[in-house]
Parts: sequence; structure tokens; C-alpha cells
Amino acid sequence: MCGIVGLFLKKDELRPQLGDMLTDMLITMTDRGPDSAGIAIYGDETDGMVKITVQSDTPDEAFADLDAAVCAVIDAPVTIKVVDTHAVLTLPEAAEKAAIAFLEEKGLRIMGSGASMEIYKEVGLPKDVAARFGLREMGGSHGIGHTRMATESAVTTMGAHPFSTADDQCLVHNGSLSNHNQMRRKLAKKGVFTRSENDTEVGAAYISSRIAEGATLGEALEGTIEDLDGFFTFVTGTKNGFGVVRDPIACKPAVMAETDDYVAFASEYRAFADLPGIDAARVWEPEPATVYFWER
Amino acid sequence: MTTTLDKTVLDMTEMELREVNTTLQAAAKAKANEAFVITNPRGSHAMAVGLDGPINVTIKGSTGYYCAGMNKEATVTVEGSAGPGVAENMMSGTVTIEGDASQYAGATGHGGLLNIKGNASSRCGISMKGIDIVVHGNIGHMSAFMAQKGNLVVLGNAGDALGDSLYEARLFVRGTVKSLGADCIEKEMRPEHIEILKELLEKAGADARPEEFKRYGSARKLYNFNIDHADEY
Repeated sequence: MCGIVGLFLKKDELRPQLGDMLTDMLITMTDRGPDSAGIAIYGDETDGMVKITVQSDTPDEAFADLDAAVCAVIDAPVTIKVVDTHAVLTLPEAAEKAAIAFLEEKGLRIMGSGASMEIYKEVGLPKDVAARFGLREMGGSHGIGHTRMATESAVTTMGAHPFSTADDQCLVHNGSLSNHNQMRRKLAKKGVFTRSENDTEVGAAYISSRIAEGATLGEALEGTIEDLDGFFTFVTGTKNGFGVVRDPIACKPAVMAETDDYVAFASEYRAFADLPGIDAARVWEPEPATVYFWER
Repeated sequence: MTTTLDKTVLDMTEMELREVNTTLQAAAKAKANEAFVITNPRGSHAMAVGLDGPINVTIKGSTGYYCAGMNKEATVTVEGSAGPGVAENMMSGTVTIEGDASQYAGATGHGGLLNIKGNASSRCGISMKGIDIVVHGNIGHMSAFMAQKGNLVVLGNAGDALGDSLYEARLFVRGTVKSLGADCIEKEMRPEHIEILKELLEKAGADARPEEFKRYGSARKLYNFNIDHADEY
């Protein structure tokens, strides 16, 4: 069991409330996944700049003068925002590869990168994880979150969702994949590597690799139905929106709600209870083996 | 708890789920045919379960897993959508869902009427054992899997593998059937089936004529081991 939530705002004036709305949804899903929690939030972006989210178990030490160190390596301006065990470094897009290589060499864990996406995930109860990162105060256009009850790999920060395997792309998953080792080897042959032993990360890498090969988000999600074996309800985030797909058996729950203001996804209706206007929302269950996505 | 006219209102912002269920179960057992309205259900699990007696419960909003499970004689109405396993193992009475129902609605139900005004998703009526289920919209895949007894009426369309490994339940579908499961076949609609269907449609307040439906049932080929198939194992 795991809990998934997603929220896509249709109106810009709601952007400051995104974190607050998502946090309530995430905490309600604690029963489904009490061991770790995470969120990917798509917020402000600056032309030509990229944000890299990193994590360290010893943030005081690791993040001290990190911006200056990265700046020295890439020879370009770097700003840093430290949030508990995570730090978001903003730097010119052209220097992204060099910066990530340097950060990995320093032993920092890369949570994700992109023009607008920031990822925060840790081990612990969702309410504690949300409080540590100040998720309530975060704004943005859309976001996805996950509460984890681990089955396929250890309870660690790297095993928590969302998983990001390409810029501004991430995935959360309820279920378990049974052909992830085989798919991991297939992807490795194509030069696509994962950072953990986790099955979901393979799902994320599969979707990113399909998009990198020219598939649309819809086509990549369609591909999961054919190429991935196991149980899944996937919610994937991209720079412009989010997508939903369930395996053909569809035993992992999913419910969606739409109003003039937002599209929301959750594992259970309970997560919607505090959303504004939910009583008048269109509420439905996404069909098995059917791809849904919303983009701005 | 407030009482207005002849209905008692239980507000779930003030009462815990367990207190609500205990109140309802006691009232059902008292057989006084009381009426209750539950406000602010917020998608809670296991609401109005195990009601063993005549009682009328209206839930103002959507419910989570296993609403109205094991229902006996009670009338439960959900003015919203219901999560997985609504009216599971129902024995008698009536459960009405104004919106959609999620997976395995009415699973293993022995009797009574489950009336779903919207759509039901996968595995509706799985292993049903005598319950009547009327779905005004569509049903998902694997519905009536291993169904043993009772009637499943669908005004819309049915998904893949309808009635797989079916025993003696009757399935009536007005729309299309994406595919039939193993040993499930279309059967002749005889006068007695028109009668059964007419009564069920009336009970459920469904706007449809029995003649518009097709009947599906068991080919009864899986009942016994067929020696000619021994080589296939």
C-alpha cells in the first residue's frame, strides 16, 4: 500500500495556496504510507536557469559554502536555498551537467533538477516531513506527492518517491513492478541508469527514456501498459502538467476530482475532503489501462 | 447529535466514526425503524457497517472503503460516491449510491438490493451469492466473476471478461459488453426473465424497458472436469 496525491491548478491566483492544499492531501494519506513522504512542486522559473535539488544527511557541513564551490567549478553565478536536509541550487542551464557531476562527486544525493521542479522527500511520517520542509508555505502551478509503505526496497531517502530521471519529470507510484530488474538492464544497455534499487525509479526511467527518444508524454504513458509488468497506479509530473495511468487489472485505487479551479488526484476520496468546492466537483475513477493528462 | 422532526443528525465533525457506527448498530438492533442523517462523512472508511435491523441511514457526501458492509434489513443511501467494497457481503435491505461506486461493489452479497445510480468500476458483484445489483451507468472489467446467484442489471455497458467462471447468477446488460469471460454466454430472454427484470428496474427506479436488455449466464462447461481436456494440463 502507498498513498498518492496530485494537484494541478487551473487558475494562477491559487498558486500561493498549492503547498497548503497538497500538504493536507498528503497528511490524510498517512494511513496508506507512514514510513516516508515526498513531494515534487512546480514553482517559479527563470529563463535560462535550472534548479538542482540535492539532499545530505549532514546538511550543515555539506551545504556550507556549497554555492561558492559549485560557482568555482562551473564559472557561473550560483544561488542556494537550504531547506532542512535539502538544498536547491539555481544556476545557468548550460552548466547543469558539470554541476551535477561535481555535486555527486561530493557525495550529495540528487533529488531532481529542472527549470521549475523542486523535490523534497525524507523518511518519516508525512506530517513531520511536511513540517521539516515547510511544504505548506510553498507555491506553484502543480505538484505531486507520495506517502510510502515500502515493499520493493529499503526505507531510505533514496527509496522515497517522487523519483526524477530527467529534467522537470518525476513519478510517484502505488503498487509494485515485477519486471523492473529486466527493464533496468534493458535501459542500461541504452545508457539510461538509475540511482537506486527501487522498482518505481525504473518506471520513471522508462518514461523519461521514451520521451527522450521522441515520444509524447501520452505515448510514454501508453508504453507503460505494454512494457511494464506488475501493479501500478502512476502519477507523473512534467513541467506543464501531470499524467495518470493505471495497469489493466487496476487493483490499486485511484480517484480524481475536477472543478473550474483544479484537477486533483488521490488514492482515496478522503484526501479531497478539504479541497475548496469539492462537494460540487466532478469526481470519477480513472479507467484501467487508460492514459489521462492535463497540461497548461 | 441533534434530532430534527423524525431524523437524527450525526455530524462527523463532532463524532468519531466508531461512535457513529455504534449508534447506528444499536438503533438497528432496537428495530424501531429510526431515521438517521450523517453529515460530513469526508470519505471515511467502514461507514454504516454491520447494521442488523430496519433503520434508514442517509449519508450526505462521499464515503471511503467498505461502506454499508454486511447490511441486513437496513436502508442506506450515499448522496455521493462510494469507495471500494461498498455493500460487501450484504444480506438484505437496500443500499443506494447516488454517484459512482468503486471496485468490487456488492462483492459476495447474499441478498437485498444494491442500487448504483452512476457507474461501478471493476469487479462489480464478484462472487455474488443472491444479491440484486442494479447499475444505472457502466460497469468495469471482471464484473460478476465467479458469481453464484442473484441478478446483476446494467443499463450502460460492461467491461472486459464479464461473468468469468460464472455459476448461476443472471446478468442483464442493456449496452455493449466489451468481452465475455470464460464460460459466460449470451442466453435467450424468456418471459420469466422479462418479469424478473421488470420488477428489478421498477424497484431501482430505473428508466429502461426490460426488452432492451440481453441476458448472459453460465454455459456450465466448467462445472465438471472434462476427461477430453486431460492432455491440456
